[in-house]
Amino acid sequence: MDVICAGKRSITLKINGRERSLEVRPNEILLNMLRERFNLMGSKYGCGIGECGACTVLLNGRAVLSCQILAISVAGQEITTIEGISRGASHSSHAGTAPAGTLHPAGTLHPAGTLHPLQAAFIEEGAVQCGFCTPGMIISAKALLDKNPDPNNEQIKEAIRGNMCRCTGYTNIISAVKSAAKRMLKE
Amino acid sequence: MSEQYRIIGKRIGGLDEKDKVLGNVIFAEDYTLPGMLHARVFRSTRASALIKRLDLTRAKALDGVVCVLSAEDVPNNESVKNVVGQTTEVGLLEATNQVLARDRVRFYGEAIALVAAENLDIAEEALELIEIEYEDLPAIFDPLEARKPGAPKIHGDNNIISAWKIRKGDIEKGFAQADVIVEKSYRTPRQEHAHIEPESGVSWIDDMGVVNIRYAAQVIEHYRDVAAVLGLPDSRVRVIGTIIGGGFGGKEDITVEIFLGLLAWKSGRPVKLTYTREEMGFARHKRPPYYLHYKTGATKDGKLTAMEAKLVSDAGAYVYLSPWILIYSTVHATGPYFIPNVKVDANSVLTNNIMTSAFRGFGGMEVAFAYESQMDELARKLTMDPLEFRKKNFLKKGDETANFQTITSEALLPEAASKALAALGGKGKGSKHKKVGRGFACSWQSYGRMTYLHDTSNAWVNLEMDGSSVVRSGIPDLGGGQRESLRAIVAEILGLKLDEVHVISTDSQVTPPAGTVTATRALYMSGNAARLAAENVRKIILDQASAMVGVAPEKLKLKSKQVYLAENQAGPENQAKKLSLVEVIKSCAAQGKIPQSLATFKAPFTEPITTDLIRDPVFADFTFGAQAAEVEVDTETGEVKLLKYSTAYDIGQAINLNRVEGQMEGGAAQGIGFGLMEDYIEEEGIPLTWNLHEYLVPTSKDLPDIETVVLESRSGKGPFGAKGIGEPAITAAAPAVINAIRDAIGVRIYHVPATAERIFRALKGKREK
Repeated sequence: MDVICAGKRSITLKINGRERSLEVRPNEILLNMLRERFNLMGSKYGCGIGECGACTVLLNGRAVLSCQILAISVAGQEITTIEGISRGASHSSHAGTAPAGTLHPAGTLHPAGTLHPLQAAFIEEGAVQCGFCTPGMIISAKALLDKNPDPNNEQIKEAIRGNMCRCTGYTNIISAVKSAAKRMLKE
Repeated sequence: MSEQYRIIGKRIGGLDEKDKVLGNVIFAEDYTLPGMLHARVFRSTRASALIKRLDLTRAKALDGVVCVLSAEDVPNNESVKNVVGQTTEVGLLEATNQVLARDRVRFYGEAIALVAAENLDIAEEALELIEIEYEDLPAIFDPLEARKPGAPKIHGDNNIISAWKIRKGDIEKGFAQADVIVEKSYRTPRQEHAHIEPESGVSWIDDMGVVNIRYAAQVIEHYRDVAAVLGLPDSRVRVIGTIIGGGFGGKEDITVEIFLGLLAWKSGRPVKLTYTREEMGFARHKRPPYYLHYKTGATKDGKLTAMEAKLVSDAGAYVYLSPWILIYSTVHATGPYFIPNVKVDANSVLTNNIMTSAFRGFGGMEVAFAYESQMDELARKLTMDPLEFRKKNFLKKGDETANFQTITSEALLPEAASKALAALGGKGKGSKHKKVGRGFACSWQSYGRMTYLHDTSNAWVNLEMDGSSVVRSGIPDLGGGQRESLRAIVAEILGLKLDEVHVISTDSQVTPPAGTVTATRALYMSGNAARLAAENVRKIILDQASAMVGVAPEKLKLKSKQVYLAENQAGPENQAKKLSLVEVIKSCAAQGKIPQSLATFKAPFTEPITTDLIRDPVFADFTFGAQAAEVEVDTETGEVKLLKYSTAYDIGQAINLNRVEGQMEGGAAQGIGFGLMEDYIEEEGIPLTWNLHEYLVPTSKDLPDIETVVLESRSGKGPFGAKGIGEPAITAAAPAVINAIRDAIGVRIYHVPATAERIFRALKGKREK
């Protein structure tokens, strides 16, 4: 135990907009730090070698694989996880049904200002199945839209190529990113 | 579509999707308990060997290690004794599985010991301290060779663990009547499920002495298997299922649950065990690889006369579900066609490879690759349009299958195939070295388990005092919206809004047994059980309202928490003539008539199969459909680019249109992976494709937009006439793509996946001819 804990370092960084200070082990992986030290469970372990994308977070606005980054190396920088992109969403707003094509119009079933437009669009377009890849997928899409607010299909595919989804076939995910982009352009 | 329903057939979004986009869902790995230990599994690095020495002393002595277990610590070291589907013909099964290997290992990756420690780093260090010595034994990796008498034996004295056959008509006469015959051999690979969530769970002993296991489970009934291994009554083991991060059959067989039960039982501490991605790759079952030999004949006017198929599947080193999978292959071997003369012979064979078992498509998709390749080549030989040729032979309602089962639902195959092709739109042009081609394939796949298993499912539904409803059903949610479907069905029947219905699912001590989320049975079985229970509750309410107002119950309607007394529910003149649901519930309660119901849905039962000859119905019903592809093949490199893709199925009746399309798109994607790129490689029993950079699954860059066409015949056996779609969605994909490649370059690929290398070699072979 002592060997593993040796050489702890103090770091300060920003996580989801809040400044945090903590001691980390030199071999501590960013994904594990987020999950174990801050209970930010939305980022997932899927492969451990940076292939599946389930651990994707934003590092200074850029999508990165948190299973491939040492916590110690992000000192002084800014991390955003899936928990940090919604706008105060809670469990209190309920989902329901609507005629085909008009599911969950923003502002009704999900009161405006709760979900990020990408999150709302993922629900509306049926882009979520098991949900395990979803947080990483939304983070990669957010990194894209922050840089390129009006991407075409190919640019979306390129942005999420490192995020594997085994349930959907990606079609609805791409539609969701496009639909969110449209909504964000109007806002 | 579905105008008659308020909710059924619409695009329904459930509460869990919202939590999924927020990252709020507590998946199996996300759960922790105070004082929890972390576990790892010590596994074999030999494919076939005796364990001469196993020394756990140094591992046990490591500071922070709490529990190290080997076979001798396991109360009953046999698991998965369920071998229904084994024919008596090939002798009784001796391939009993070991929880932990005792004296001998039979495949690379077999579990030998378990470690639980204060943290994961210590558990991993302890694995390094386990000492083992092996003595290699003869091994066999080729199932065709393993069938031969002199082959090394994996268990007992016969490697053939399952044999099935079909005999219909006179096969020789059938081929004599044929003007054209196509005879070819095909191969399909092992396929890795590659769900993004690894197998994972947490176990603990509660204050009643019950072993609780919360894990990603497609089959919560495995609490019985854990109890058997621990030597406990079934009632002392509880499985709490989680929202599952993908399964596809990968979380259907035993994974972490027995290990978790053992470690909590022995250590007295909560324990977490999550497989590494590598461990999923080399230690958990795969889709069985198949060798298929097909001979199919037709007359010159395009009528099929005869089909003969020989199938051999590789079961790997232990018997899991490969005998069942083989039944599926045997019954589905003809494809969705009426063929008067049929002969099928099928074997599943033990080898020293990784064990094989359930994977979406379950024996139906391996044969689909072969029979649809055959149909395509026959059409070419006959110079007939491939769709016109198929139309002359499609099964339709009332026809008899090769195992003498009458099709009792609609089979909208001509519509599905035409619409799938039409959905591709205009055809691309290509260039000198980039050839464009199109192909399609049709398929059938059963939904619901084999009828001789006497499948049942239970659901409990009530009305609360405020008129909202609770549903209890054991069915796990695999990500396909299983819970949401139950919510929709009950809301529709009780006239409630979706968010007035709450579903509690997948807990073996809380929810009524509903069976597995496998075999495309969840909607069919649990949906029907929830429907029955909700109808019973509605009857209780309407009977009570009837007694309250003196109007016959059949003249009453239940909607929006009101019981209406007139036919015209909306008319303002009738507004006065209604009772509130809450009033009726209160009246029920006052008289002790609780509005609740526990209902059991029973699938049609048939007698168990007693010989290896299948000549009776095996399935309740089938789902029919077609998929179509347009590809561009680079003739210089063999690379395939999928340009367009469409999938069309008659799903009977959509319950949640979003989820139907999701299953169809995802099934197509997985089937395309199987056809084009997913290649699980083993060399001499050593798996080489452990992680996702070696085993390639389709990414966003590999797939075009997938067009879906949903047909609704309302003729299925599920609630509201629904059929199942989970597995049918995958079956036709590989042959659709392979037929498109054939169209593009004039070369057929007989061994999927059609990697660039295989296509390049096939093109080279053609040029050299």
